Amino acid sequence: MRRDVFQAVADPTRRAILTLLIVQAMTPNALAEHFDSSRQAVSKHIKILTECEVVTQKQTGREIYYHVVPEKMKEIDIWMEQFRKMWEDRFNQLDNLLEEL
Amino acid sequence: MTNNFVFETDMAAKKIYISREFNAPVEKVWRAWTEPTLLEKWIAPKPWRAETRTWDFSIGGVWLYAMVGTEGQRHWVYAEFTAIKNEEAISTTGKFCDGEGNPLANGPASYRDTKFLNIDGNRTKVDQVILFEEESTIKMFAEGGFKQGTEASLGNLDELLEMDRV
Repeated sequence: MRRDVFQAVADPTRRAILTLLIVQAMTPNALAEHFDSSRQAVSKHIKILTECEVVTQKQTGREIYYHVVPEKMKEIDIWMEQFRKMWEDRFNQLDNLLEEL
Repeated sequence: MTNNFVFETDMAAKKIYISREFNAPVEKVWRAWTEPTLLEKWIAPKPWRAETRTWDFSIGGVWLYAMVGTEGQRHWVYAEFTAIKNEEAISTTGKFCDGEGNPLANGPASYRDTKFLNIDGNRTKVDQVILFEEESTIKMFAEGGFKQGTEASLGNLDELLEMDRV
């Protein structure tokens, strides 16, 4: 299965997890408390996020904390920028065509 | 003159909003958007070109075209017209296609509403909202548009470099 930043944000629960982690690093327990779904379901999403490399875990004392990897999240912006550019190019071509009509 | 280009993505809402003004009356912009020979002249970002296979501009009708790459590679684009209001609005449903251009029956869809607004009789504003189904959103982004977007950018980069030399 593909594991990239797009896969990471393709699911609403994973987007919610990322939104929480952007604000602050959290332990698995603290994270799970924000969701109605089972702890297992949440940890499955965290596993996917880790495999997609948008979330990383760090040990602090006896606790594990999950952190967002901001550089990885930036890939979405980069891709969006390309998509935006594609539309910009199309519309510039349309400008030229409209001049001829 | 500014063309007020807007491109906003809302990942959580699975929505893209695109807006642009054109220096032509709405009749002309409408033609460029609804005649396949004209559409083919602008819809494919360089170096891709568009090739229409099916065109039926009516409710339930389909526009099926291929984005053809420089090495003959084809990305099929399928759009079914779900609403048409002459010189005002078009709605389409987009579907993924297999390599032969057949829409995938159970594949994810996208929904596009395009509105044409007259500005002072000789300018036109086009507003476009694209909504994606949950699963299709990212897949469409990552698999469909990605290559096109990248190659288009590169193609136009070449052009920019050419211009620099002049």
